[in-house]
Amino acid sequence: MVLVYAENSDGKFKKAVLETVSYGKKTADLMGTECVALVLGNVDDAGQLGKYGASKVIQVNNDALANFDSQTYSKAISAVAENLGAQVVLLNQNSSGVSLTGRVAVRLGADCASGVNSLPSLDGANLQVQKKIFSGKAISNISLTAAKKVISVTGNTIQPEETGSDCPIESMDVEVGSAGVQVVSRDEQTGGPAPLPEAELVVSAGRGMKGPENWGIIEDLANTIGATTACSRPVADVGWRPHHEHVGQTGVAIRPNLYIAAGISGAIQHLAGVNSSKCIVVINKDPEAPFFKAADYGVCADLFDVVPKLTEAIKKTMS
Amino acid sequence: MKQLVCVSKTPDTTTNIKLAEGGKALDSAGVNYILNPYDEWYALVRAVELKAVAGGTITVINIGDASNDTVIRKALAIGADDAVRVDMQPGNALSVAKAIADHAKEGGYDIIYCGKESIDYNGSQVGAMLAEYMDLPYVGLGIHMEVEGNSATIKRDIEGGTETVQVNTPFVLSCAKGMAEQRIPNMRDIMSSKRKPIDVISGEITNTSTSISNYDLPAGKASVKMIDPDNMDELVRLLKEEAKVL
Repeated sequence: MVLVYAENSDGKFKKAVLETVSYGKKTADLMGTECVALVLGNVDDAGQLGKYGASKVIQVNNDALANFDSQTYSKAISAVAENLGAQVVLLNQNSSGVSLTGRVAVRLGADCASGVNSLPSLDGANLQVQKKIFSGKAISNISLTAAKKVISVTGNTIQPEETGSDCPIESMDVEVGSAGVQVVSRDEQTGGPAPLPEAELVVSAGRGMKGPENWGIIEDLANTIGATTACSRPVADVGWRPHHEHVGQTGVAIRPNLYIAAGISGAIQHLAGVNSSKCIVVINKDPEAPFFKAADYGVCADLFDVVPKLTEAIKKTMS
Repeated sequence: MKQLVCVSKTPDTTTNIKLAEGGKALDSAGVNYILNPYDEWYALVRAVELKAVAGGTITVINIGDASNDTVIRKALAIGADDAVRVDMQPGNALSVAKAIADHAKEGGYDIIYCGKESIDYNGSQVGAMLAEYMDLPYVGLGIHMEVEGNSATIKRDIEGGTETVQVNTPFVLSCAKGMAEQRIPNMRDIMSSKRKPIDVISGEITNTSTSISNYDLPAGKASVKMIDPDNMDELVRLLKEEAKVL
């Protein structure tokens, strides 16, 4: 049995969670078994996970799970996995997943692979998964041979697939202990485009912008297509843009469908954070900019001329 | 305050990755190794800052053979008091976390730090595993920390924002950009690091069932398609019809 921990964000499922349920269904089909989703806390409409491949949803409601804590959450996930005899436990590789995946693996005495980015292949009872390493400069093929396996899945690895209909929900009581980490407050961006790690469209700019006052054309382009804005490290370091916009090896790693980069030369550390983008458009007036080698489409011209033209061309197709 | 900082040795960020033994291994020829930046810039420097106000000691722990002593000396130059090297091949994250836990359980540490990931295998696994082996609270992706007595208030990255949490010592923390600023050790620090002790202890690989069977290099991009700057309609058409991303 494949157990998918379906994280909810204030009672709702993000797209990445639906992807992981679909990933779980495909893994279960490969193994000739079923896929069960686990929900911790209150969720409207948890049965919808059936559409994405869960045969049932296990719901654990416990006051101790009101706020995220890796100890109580990993106890709950591991206890349900043991109750159901799960052979594979799947999680999302995100800010909570990085705190849970290793813990659950240790609790279950399981093998562990984090941040995988392809569907598994089956070799007898063993699973083979792929993960990018060296920030995308190489790929490791990981073999998991223990009886239990814990895997966290990188966002945008597959798309959610609606294959079924709503499934039944069963509640289960498990021991979760008490939380050692108390959440004091959260400061989340509300409304606006998706946060960078989850964004499907990203428009980014770098030193070629010459100053923070010139960012209007980047924001216009981003607003036109509903993209999230990002920047290169030097621009964040000098304070032209906020640090949370910095994409690259030491900033946010992104994997959008479309990444448009204007005035960024494409240093290896920048490429490391963006090389999982499905399609890269580079706008740079320097024909020698290394970024062109990593791009799908390139425009070699002054960005102050090209970016507004691109925005206009997109607007034309929308009207 | 007794602090432990877990540090690993990684190829530097500009390393060109090449395969060896038909993809069974990575080619280490000509690779320049450094202290993992997340362990050094953020975790270790924050521990040094905290020691300056709270006193106590900082120990760094590393898993590997004697060739790692160079990066361990760097950590000592930045401000750790002593080091422990578990003399074993790192194997996988489970084995590394277990080896650190076996030492840390006896150490009575108040705060145990890791970087948010190593820049080679990008696993982000050891911290959470270590916390579980030690049955301690874990705060992942910390970007700011204030400590008062045995209580720490930590800001951590979440998707599209931050979360502020409170935790009492002892706990395990992973550090991301923002937790501290990189420090360059001066000549006196470097000289004095040579006199600081590195305690070498034995360890063993405890998990062999998770392993990397082989490596691949990513498929290269087809060559870039250059678009006439005066024809953005063409770029929009390609993004819609060829790449299908708009």
